[in-house]
Amino acid sequence: MATMTYLQAISDGLRQEMRADQRVMVMGEDIGVFGGAFKVTDGFIAEFGPDRVMDTPLAESGIVGTAIGAAVVGLRPVCEMQFSDFIACGFDQLVNVAGKMHYRQGLAVPITVRLPSGGGFSGGPFHSQNPEAWFMQSPGIKVVAPSTAEDAKGLMISAIRDPNPVCYMEHKHLYRRIKGEVPDGIYETPFTARVAREGTELTIVTYGAMVHTALEATEDLDGASVEVLDLRSLVPLDTEAILASVRKTSKVLIVDEANRTCAAGAEVAAVIAEHAFEDLDGPVTRIATPDVPIPFSPPLEQAVLPSVDRVKEAARELLAY
Amino acid sequence: MATETARPPVAEGPDAQHLTRDDRVELLRYMLLMRGIEERAMNLYRQGKVPGSFYDGYGQEAVSAGACFAMAPEDRLCILHRDLAAHLIRGVTPTRILAQYMGREGGITRGRDGNVHFGDKEVGCVGMVSMLPDMMLVATGMAMAFKAQGQQRCALTWFGDGSTSRGDWHEAMNWAGVQRLPVIFILENNQYAYSTPLSQQFAVNPVERAAAYGFPGFAVDGNDAEAMFEAVRQARERALAGDGPTMIEAVTMRMHGHAAHDDMKYVPKEQVEEWRQKDPIERQERRLVELGVDVDALRAEVKAAIDAATEEALQSPMPDPATATEGVFCTDPEPDILGDGVPRWSGFLKGA
Repeated sequence: MATMTYLQAISDGLRQEMRADQRVMVMGEDIGVFGGAFKVTDGFIAEFGPDRVMDTPLAESGIVGTAIGAAVVGLRPVCEMQFSDFIACGFDQLVNVAGKMHYRQGLAVPITVRLPSGGGFSGGPFHSQNPEAWFMQSPGIKVVAPSTAEDAKGLMISAIRDPNPVCYMEHKHLYRRIKGEVPDGIYETPFTARVAREGTELTIVTYGAMVHTALEATEDLDGASVEVLDLRSLVPLDTEAILASVRKTSKVLIVDEANRTCAAGAEVAAVIAEHAFEDLDGPVTRIATPDVPIPFSPPLEQAVLPSVDRVKEAARELLAY
Repeated sequence: MATETARPPVAEGPDAQHLTRDDRVELLRYMLLMRGIEERAMNLYRQGKVPGSFYDGYGQEAVSAGACFAMAPEDRLCILHRDLAAHLIRGVTPTRILAQYMGREGGITRGRDGNVHFGDKEVGCVGMVSMLPDMMLVATGMAMAFKAQGQQRCALTWFGDGSTSRGDWHEAMNWAGVQRLPVIFILENNQYAYSTPLSQQFAVNPVERAAAYGFPGFAVDGNDAEAMFEAVRQARERALAGDGPTMIEAVTMRMHGHAAHDDMKYVPKEQVEEWRQKDPIERQERRLVELGVDVDALRAEVKAAIDAATEEALQSPMPDPATATEGVFCTDPEPDILGDGVPRWSGFLKGA
């Protein structure tokens, strides 16, 4: 075990898997010599060489499209989008070529697309988005979103080993803020939910950076026992874990950092409404970013992103319901 | 008309030097098979047995037949919708193709996708998507993997004149040029992208753009299967020698509408008539007749094969609706990758 930041854990997962499997390569803009905009692949090119740590042209469609081609002839590419926002430029290749390939032709496309996502540091409208729901609506693509250092490494390894296209949402605001004990060597984290804190009176369902917001908001909430469920994987969605927690606590608050309409939490709410209606003792409540671009100026950004205070307030209301 | 060339073509007309008599017969056989299967499928479409729409490559048979014939089993291809001969040359049976058109369980995609949207992974082919230049990048990625692993292999894809207007096309051309990848791009210039003529598609002939991306591009008579073969054979040699990509413009004509519903009223009749004189199958037949080949016997052989394939394809059941949601994800942690095609050109049989 070693203590690592979330960012170091992502690097460690990538590095371990590249050592273990010659088929694994990383590719993206400025990831080689420069080591990546956030330094996730710092030092990789020295260890693995430029054919496996590939600096690419500035072409997101090109990155995803060529990764697909490399995957179907036997490699396991890990593509980096410098910011998750840029996947909009590679959307067609991911959604139409990679996502539909196995269903159409029985041909697997084992690619991992790293998507540094999320706001909280004045990145503005094009460096702060949480585009995960775009891919939840696209059949054939898995979507994972670690919140801890341990899961960041384990999910990276699982994503690479998965024979399908996997969008790996890595939250930029967790990169250096979150640290934790990370097991040595290689281990896989399953694409299932994790109970981040057990509780009996209220369930908060969330993922990514909002797991930490939820934990902080309910650490000492007038002595209430609040369960925090960290989804970890959005596709597949661990409906059993969601329903088990809701059946235990009977009250549920869903927190998304993504824009509200059709966010991952909307699907969670629908699952609960369909399958746990009789178990509820209060309205399914959602907190999410309103349907606006993420603004640049700190007071504006803080006004839209879900905050510890907003979660506290909503949790208190639900507990009192 | 985009017949001007950026540099002189490498192959002027037929080059029998690399093609044996049998090879030349095989080229005709696959063109006849393509045309015969597509004509049969159009009949099935009119009978209501082919759902959706139907797209064919009538008059363009030489483009895919000649090009694919020059590709080795270990090479990989992304095949476009007017290139049926490539599937046949790689080893896909007429029965499976006809079953594919009819949405049957026995088709290559087992009814999951329609018409020419297929690629048989067993023989090294990736099926196209409707966003036409997308496969430029997939082929570029295959070539990237070959080069990164030091393999002596090559990737090839076709694309249309309309595709050259899209951003993905530029990204692939640039990427392949920057990394000097073993990939062959074939511009299937059939004069129209649906109804849009070349004059409204580009200001500069795309084959001239190849030089701007750092690799050669030249035009070939796309209605001459042997010229197509020779152009691709040489491009493949360049690729395997580490000299990077080649773009080949196959100048041809789309003789039918974009799809079955399209009456092509936007195409001048004289243009169609002019190209009818350049039919690629008749051209190859004339050559073979001169060599004493019994072309009528070959036609009869091909027709009999298509008749039998049609009967067999009609026996294939429709897919079970209960399976409609299956197979979205791959569940095998070590799935098969693309397999090899069948060696057709005598040069591969000799180990060339």
